[in-house]
Amino acid sequence: MTFDQIKKRLSTTTVGIAGCGGLGSNCAVALARVGIGKLIIVDFDRVTVSNLNRQYFFLDQVGQTKTIALKENIRRIDPTIAVEALEVKLTPETIPTIFAFCDIVVEAFDLADQKEMLIETILTHFPEKPLVVGLGMAGWGKSDLIHLRKSDNLYICGDEVSEISEELPPLAPRVGMVANMQANVVLEILLGSEIAK
Amino acid sequence: MRITLNNRTEELEGTALTVSGLLEAKKYTFKMLIIKVNGKFIPKPDYNSAVITEGDDVQVLHLISGG
Repeated sequence: MTFDQIKKRLSTTTVGIAGCGGLGSNCAVALARVGIGKLIIVDFDRVTVSNLNRQYFFLDQVGQTKTIALKENIRRIDPTIAVEALEVKLTPETIPTIFAFCDIVVEAFDLADQKEMLIETILTHFPEKPLVVGLGMAGWGKSDLIHLRKSDNLYICGDEVSEISEELPPLAPRVGMVANMQANVVLEILLGSEIAK
Repeated sequence: MRITLNNRTEELEGTALTVSGLLEAKKYTFKMLIIKVNGKFIPKPDYNSAVITEGDDVQVLHLISGG
C-alpha cells in the first residue's frame, strides 16, 4: 500500500483518545501525521511545566487546556485532520456517548483506577469495539520488556510492570514508545497487518 | 484441570473454579484488575459466580499507573 492509499483508507476513520497526557498527546500526533480522518480527544486538565518531559506540548502552552493545545499542535502538522476537542472528565456515564461512533478507542489515562474504569465501561457497553490500552512504561531502558498482548478486541501495550513512582518517573522515551505502539496497533487494526506479508 | 492463563498453560486442582477461587489459588492480591474468560469480560460482582473449567482461556490484567 502506498502512503496515498494509506491516507485514503484512514481518512474515513475516527479514533477516540481518552486522556491527552504522555500517551494521548503522542499517540494523537502520530495518528494525525499518517492521516487519520477524525480524532476525538478528551481531557479535563491543563498543561503544566512538569508535563513537558514527555507530553506533546510546548513551554508557551503551559496553562492552556490540554485538548485545546493538542488540537492546535495537530492543526500545525495537518489542518485537514478533524479534531473534536472535549474538555470533560470521562465517567461511566459520559464514555458510552462520547465514544459511541469511534472505530477504535485508545486508553491514555495516567491513574490505574481511571484505566480500570474506562476499560470496564468500554468492555461492558462496546465489547466489539477495539480498545488499545497503555500499561507499564515508567522509567528508562528495558526496551525489550515492552510488548503487545491481545485478547480479542482488547490490546495491551507496555511492559505491564513498571508503575510510576517518585523514583521511577514517566519519561519521554519509554512513554513515547508505548504511545507510538498504541498508534501502530490502531493502524494495524484499520489497515491490516501488511508488514507481515 | 488445565487452563490457559495470560497465554500460558496452567495446571490447577479440581475440575472447576470460580474467578475468586482462581485469584486465591494464584495468590493474586491486586485490587485493580480486568478479567476476561474465553474473551468475555467478567465484571467484579460476578467474580464469585463466574466459573472457570478445563480448557478455558483466562486473561488477567493488572492495572498500574502511568501515562
